[in-house]
Amino acid sequence: MTPLPCYLLLSALLFAIGLAGALTRRNAIMVLIGIELMLNAANLNFIAFWRFGPNPQALTGVIFVLFSIGVAAAEAAVGLALIIAIYRHYRTINLDQIDSMKG
Amino acid sequence: MIAVLTLASAVAAMSLRNLVHGVLALACTFAGLAAVYLLLDAQFVGFAQILVYIGAVAILIVFAILLTRSGEASPQRRFSSTWAIGVGIAVTVFGLLSGLILSSRAVSQEIRPPPVVTVHQIGDQLLTKFILPLEVIGLLLTAALIGAVIIAMHEKERE
Repeated sequence: MTPLPCYLLLSALLFAIGLAGALTRRNAIMVLIGIELMLNAANLNFIAFWRFGPNPQALTGVIFVLFSIGVAAAEAAVGLALIIAIYRHYRTINLDQIDSMKG
Repeated sequence: MIAVLTLASAVAAMSLRNLVHGVLALACTFAGLAAVYLLLDAQFVGFAQILVYIGAVAILIVFAILLTRSGEASPQRRFSSTWAIGVGIAVTVFGLLSGLILSSRAVSQEIRPPPVVTVHQIGDQLLTKFILPLEVIGLLLTAALIGAVIIAMHEKERE
């Protein structure tokens, strides 16, 4: 079976991809997708540490990931509602053009 | 193998020009992650991942794309003007993380037998030891639902 560092590296790579996407894309929806990828990388870390940790019979890691999935779902719902509201207001979701608060 | 598939679809999701294709690649990423959870003996989390992410979040994102009419590829550039800084920050973060992971002594190498976890145990724990977080997350989801509806609702009285 693959040991813990491989899973941690996979999670770190996933996090880096999500971070790069969230920082570089111009579309607000793609930024949200990048944030979802980063949250999933964190969940993978929790599961890997729970599986290879000293006490896997305590279900703390699994329960934490379940709550984390719930919070991520709530975040996605609110974020997409915000994007729709912004689109209705500005008629664009291009982040380079939404700069009315730029000083 | 699954890791390669997951990472490739993640890169595709972040770099494709067409947003709908990007969301399809994102669904592939979530499915690969669910498979990784199954490999790690976390069956319940794997199925919850499939239900919540592929079933709900991906569909929600597709709805948002349709509502904002950004599905067709835009003629402008995909990436923002400061893309080099963003990629640099991401590469730096990955380098730091992988260096720390590979040099850490807390990462134990021995293989443990897979823990036996049933859904019955998870439900038992959720309703006894973790009852307060369960109530809080129920409240949070209700508040998020109402808030999302209110934010996205038409503001008729202003027109």
